[in-house]
Amino acid sequence: MSGKADWPLWEVFVRAKRGVSHVHAGTVHAPDAELALQNARDLFTRRSEGVSLWVVKSNDITASDPNDRESLFDPADDKTFRHPTDFELPDEVANM
Amino acid sequence: MKPLLTYTLRQGDRALILAQRLLETITHAPEIEEDMALSNLALDLIGQARALYTYVAEIEGDIDGAVRDENHYAYCREQHEFQNPLLVEQPNGDFAQIIVRQFLHDAYAFPYWRVMQHSTDETLAAIAAKSVKETAYHLRHSRSWLVRLGDGTDESHRRAQAAVDQMWRYTGELFETDEVEQALVSASIAFDPDELRNTWLHTVAGTLTEATLEMPDDVVMQNGGRSGRHSESFSRLIGELQVLARAHPGATW
Repeated sequence: MSGKADWPLWEVFVRAKRGVSHVHAGTVHAPDAELALQNARDLFTRRSEGVSLWVVKSNDITASDPNDRESLFDPADDKTFRHPTDFELPDEVANM
Repeated sequence: MKPLLTYTLRQGDRALILAQRLLETITHAPEIEEDMALSNLALDLIGQARALYTYVAEIEGDIDGAVRDENHYAYCREQHEFQNPLLVEQPNGDFAQIIVRQFLHDAYAFPYWRVMQHSTDETLAAIAAKSVKETAYHLRHSRSWLVRLGDGTDESHRRAQAAVDQMWRYTGELFETDEVEQALVSASIAFDPDELRNTWLHTVAGTLTEATLEMPDDVVMQNGGRSGRHSESFSRLIGELQVLARAHPGATW
């Protein structure tokens, strides 16, 4: 069989159980979306890690520039009032 | 041999031999992702074979004061004692051949396990309930690939068509019936393979059309797997499967 196939990269997101968000798990190579989903299933849910999968073409992700870190994120440092630390979380809220 | 024993053994052999062929492809698939996919199929099939062989041992019962286990059927039988259909032992060749063999098998195995969930034999029905989920995924994967190869590049189309033409002659055997099977069909332990063939043909025809591939004309079907008459490459497959168990009988780790 021939060498490495020239397949695009896909970002894989796995939802561990109902009610929680999809979380980035890693990447797979695949020729298209449907097979990316199948490859993600084989690589990231082998040990019953998930109940739902998303795949997104890596090229379609717009990422922030590491050089912008200070201007983007530092201004939030001194705004502790944004943290809901004065609220008590009811027991009924299982996942937050 | 009891019909139920022979019948269960055949199904176990079908799963094991296909798994062994798939395992030969490890590190040879087009990408590491497909390597994982093919070995996952093999692992499911080995699981099915184990369950079926364990049941065979149970049916066989006490032999010379001992009960056999699943390993006996995989490692201690001669090649003419394996009763798998010839389709699953066909050599891997190129990726198109691997996918076509898998698809023609899965299009049979999925409706087979689906109907076997209604078997009056509780053990076979339970094995079917687990296997049908696994096989639904196998069919989805092999079908996806066949459509992409057939409706892909000129070369992938050519190779896929060649693989279909080559494997076609081994598909008739999947639906053959004999007195072993008839006995079980009349007890609703197994089911009429004619109906299964219609379902299979429907899946295959639809997929080939979508893949822009031609269904081969009627050809003379090859058979002999059930009577232990296997192809030449089968002896090498069995040799590799059994070499460790033969060299070190009873080895554990």
